[in-house]
Amino acid sequence: MSDTAGNGAVLVVGGGMSGLTAALEAAEVGSDVFLVEQNAYLGGRVAQLNQYFPKLCPPNCGLEINFKRIKDNRRIRTYTLTTVTSVSGGPGNYEVKLETAPRYINANCTACGDCAAVCPEEIDDSFNFGMSKIKAVNLPHEMAFPRRFILNKDACSGETLEAIKAACKYNAVELDMQPKTFTLQVGSIIWSTGWNPYDANKITQLNFNSSPAIITNMMMERLAADNGPTKGKILRPGDNKEPESFAFVQCAGSRDENHLEYCSYICCMATFKQISYIREQYPEAKIYVYYIDLRTPGRYEHFREKFIDDPNTTFIKGKVADIVAERDGGVTVVAENALTANKVSQKVDLCILATGMQPALGEAGKALGLAMDGSGFVVSEPEKGIFAAGCAKSAVDVHTSGQSSTAAALKAIQIAR
Amino acid sequence: MDKVYGAYLCTGCGIGEVLDVEGLKDAASETGMEMQEHACLCGAEGRAFIEKDIKEKGINTFVVCACSPRVMQKEFDFGEGTITVRGNLREHVAWTAGEAPEDGGVDEFLQELGADYVRMAVTRAQKTALPVPYKLESLSRKILVMGGGIAGLTAAKEAAAAGYEVTLVEKDSVLGGKALNWRKMFPTTYPYATLEESTIDKLVADVTGNAKITVKTDTEVARVAGAPGQFNVTFKKAGEKTEWDAPARVTVEQQEQIASGEMEDPNKGMKKYTLLNPDGELFGAVVIATGWTPAKVDEFSHLGYGTIKAVVTNAEFEKLAKNGKVPARVAFVQSPGGKDKDQDFPYCNSVTSMVALKQANYVVEDNPEDGQAYILYQHMRTPGNSELYYKAMQSKDGIFMTKGSVTKVEESANGATVVVEDTLLGEDLKLEVDMVVLAAGMVPTTLDKAVANLAYRQGPGFSDLDLFDGYADSNFICFPYETRRTGVYACGGVRKAETMEETIDDATGAALKAIQCIESANRGVSVHPRSGDMTYPEFFFQRCTQCKRCTEECPFGALDDDEKGTPLPNPTRCRRCGTCMGACPERIINFADYNIDMIGSMVKSIEVPDDDEEKLRIAVFVCENDAYPAIDMSGMHRNKINRLVRFIPVRCLGSVNMVWIKDAMSSGMDGALLLGCKYGDDYQCHFVKGSEIASRRMENIGETLGSLGLEPERCGVRQIAISDYDKLPAIIDEFVEEIIAMGPNPFKGF
Repeated sequence: MSDTAGNGAVLVVGGGMSGLTAALEAAEVGSDVFLVEQNAYLGGRVAQLNQYFPKLCPPNCGLEINFKRIKDNRRIRTYTLTTVTSVSGGPGNYEVKLETAPRYINANCTACGDCAAVCPEEIDDSFNFGMSKIKAVNLPHEMAFPRRFILNKDACSGETLEAIKAACKYNAVELDMQPKTFTLQVGSIIWSTGWNPYDANKITQLNFNSSPAIITNMMMERLAADNGPTKGKILRPGDNKEPESFAFVQCAGSRDENHLEYCSYICCMATFKQISYIREQYPEAKIYVYYIDLRTPGRYEHFREKFIDDPNTTFIKGKVADIVAERDGGVTVVAENALTANKVSQKVDLCILATGMQPALGEAGKALGLAMDGSGFVVSEPEKGIFAAGCAKSAVDVHTSGQSSTAAALKAIQIAR
Repeated sequence: MDKVYGAYLCTGCGIGEVLDVEGLKDAASETGMEMQEHACLCGAEGRAFIEKDIKEKGINTFVVCACSPRVMQKEFDFGEGTITVRGNLREHVAWTAGEAPEDGGVDEFLQELGADYVRMAVTRAQKTALPVPYKLESLSRKILVMGGGIAGLTAAKEAAAAGYEVTLVEKDSVLGGKALNWRKMFPTTYPYATLEESTIDKLVADVTGNAKITVKTDTEVARVAGAPGQFNVTFKKAGEKTEWDAPARVTVEQQEQIASGEMEDPNKGMKKYTLLNPDGELFGAVVIATGWTPAKVDEFSHLGYGTIKAVVTNAEFEKLAKNGKVPARVAFVQSPGGKDKDQDFPYCNSVTSMVALKQANYVVEDNPEDGQAYILYQHMRTPGNSELYYKAMQSKDGIFMTKGSVTKVEESANGATVVVEDTLLGEDLKLEVDMVVLAAGMVPTTLDKAVANLAYRQGPGFSDLDLFDGYADSNFICFPYETRRTGVYACGGVRKAETMEETIDDATGAALKAIQCIESANRGVSVHPRSGDMTYPEFFFQRCTQCKRCTEECPFGALDDDEKGTPLPNPTRCRRCGTCMGACPERIINFADYNIDMIGSMVKSIEVPDDDEEKLRIAVFVCENDAYPAIDMSGMHRNKINRLVRFIPVRCLGSVNMVWIKDAMSSGMDGALLLGCKYGDDYQCHFVKGSEIASRRMENIGETLGSLGLEPERCGVRQIAISDYDKLPAIIDEFVEEIIAMGPNPFKGF
């Protein structure tokens, strides 16, 4: 397939689970698909998850299959480090301008790691939400696809850059690589730009920055993951204490008109999943869950049932009003119990904020002419050949994302035909 | 194709530093190929090095001993009509080496490991063939949609909009399904605050007015026979019994009982399942959208349904609202468990919370003066944007909501009294209302009926739906449309209790999967998870003993059988996992590029020293979907891996034929291990049953070994996930230690 596969082609923006699904489902029907992703790797948010609920299986298992499908399919072309800069034209004949940021490592890279071995500079590892450091030239994570290193040039001294270049036997380091702009002709566009964890700093009463003992649920995923900052051992950031007590603060930002109006769909189940992580490592630890409603509907109830009678887990219906950092490294969670109307305080070693999903595209979507709703989700415009999928469309779980992405693939194909 | 071989060794990425290149070349040479080396095969020079050979020698079958087959695929793809076999000397050998020997030389054990991988790669290339895709003689692109509710109508409309002809079957006399009784629909657009007019009439009109869609009302599907691309479908008048109805499943055991007269044939008088109806209509794929029925609620006797007139279900209330004004004081009960349980009614999902909000809205809408709706819940389930409608209703005059345990409903003069305890108001409530509405769930039609009505050897329905409470749902989080019946896709209420908005997406997605299956059948390739695979199982029937193992074990019901029990393959149903190949005791089932002889020969190509007790050999058959990548990543972490094991990738553990284990043991190897996916209720096997079946087979072979005087523990199975890469070395070591403790295979050298 060529760069100008033409008006029958589909552009998929965002290479997480939804984008991968939309792209693959369309390509396996027989359409030409361009898949663009702004990160250095495909896989998106789920690549950071330790396990999925309710099966407690590793997301990389599904990603591996999807990467295999991409490798085996000549109709898909993928672009990482790439963003859409403008969209013009209309359904059936869109002209999309894109820009690829320099990776400084070209396709010769074999991922042998010789460059990282000589690089003394380390940067915050964003894959682990800054809870660990990574070499300034790195493979973002074990499963990163494409399996190619990326260099953070700004973090390196001139000396280091020369050393990195010299260490590469395969001539893969290109220090003068420039941003590259290019144009694609497509018939329809699927936006699957996913979500970011809601910025916990914005929820002032939760005092996120006041103590390393307050983390988000996504950070908890990394703490529990074998390839995370603690190699899967759940330890309190800062002092590496083995926590004896945990608090989960549900709806941290969600269902709140000052933050996210909607319900973020996954946080209740994510908390039950994370209780399972804790129980595996700390069978006796005390766990307190502050919630408004436990949203584990349908078949998800079976998963909740596994934990609901646990004598060391307490569920408190009530919203958390304050979190106070304590001298011993722990925090005290203050809430009002909605059933008793009593103010309750609970000291714990580690507090997890069940922060919700914020649509990742944000203002950039409006600038590109997309219809967006009051919460920042992309609104599909079928008559224009523009479709939203997964969490770009609304807050949903992975299974439901799969459904909406597969649906978007068909809608996109209809335009292209 | 006449194969012309070329073997290449990459010495880059550390391979040449820890292995003796000449020794590896000798290993290739002994196995029958001269191997050339290059310092970086994947680079432009390396590729030119190989391309020169293509030009000069016409090489079309390449053995590339370099990095993992999971990387650099494009670099080593030499185009159509060529074969590339990879030997993994990087991730599985060089990167597992650990520290270099002190003398700077080559570790003998590591070298033997590398040489064996070279031998296996060369052998594989010798034994593989270029696949020729299976093409149906005639292929139907028509799609059958079962069910004329929102899901079915949407699937039909969307498939037609992509250019496909559709037949929509509905057992009722009218289209529209449950939605016909709805007064309003949930909000679908921001700010999600107001109910919307029903669009069902328009959807029905769109479908009936579409030239590409044929609608059959008052009609049911008697049976779906055949396979994707050419399903042979028999229709019948709704409610009728016909001789073409889908036959019930008869197990091998039951077949014997029927033959001996111990059991009556449940399919007596019916057309045999393998018969194709000459009057049947051909379809390429099927969408099941037969929906749901309202759940029964009379088991919750304290709520008074069936005994108190004023107690109705949400579905009954909706009908009432559709036809006229609803009463002024209404209580909505969301959870039936009283003080003991806080779950919603069975089969609810999150839909019933929204239904209660919608119906509370009717109460205040119809009774502007005195309307009072009480929603009594344990947990309001309004995920995502539906939260905004919940919020809008919270601020509506006349709607009261509280968490609480409804402990009793009693008949009263004007209706009923509802007793609610543990409320948010801190006191118990006694509500006098005109009507009580119970939030009944939505029971999938697949719960007790084989809705698909397949004429398959393994029975008419989907398998093992009890894992999903009877829903025709997928076990795979990542792959919601995965089904054990290729070409048959479920959507809407049969999958889970869904809102209309979810149903529309779901049905559109199911339509895509149906189209994709047809196009894949047309190209002669597999659908997910081995999408695009051109191979398929080929049977050498002359040697079939009619043992029926393949027909029983195929996770996808791809194999039917004739009167004698000889399998009748349906390649377009097949997912290419090879479970049939693994099952066959006669070893007559093979794929072009993956077969009994190939893997057996690879096992036999491993050099087994027969006089060195230090050099035990263990064959490890590795699931290529999860375990194999885990080994790769272990290599990326430079974890040291035991050098006595030899990894052999397999499509799925289900494809492991026990003859390979025997091959390993009889060639003097000391143990055999299977590494594959988790099984059980939360199975992770992409082919559903493969790892489970393999474990069973291994238990049996353990017994066989025992009868030969070998320890059954020499054969093992370990379940690992793709993320277990750092645990892998210890898992392997532990198994090897057990073998070492047992000592060498006593038959070594014989």
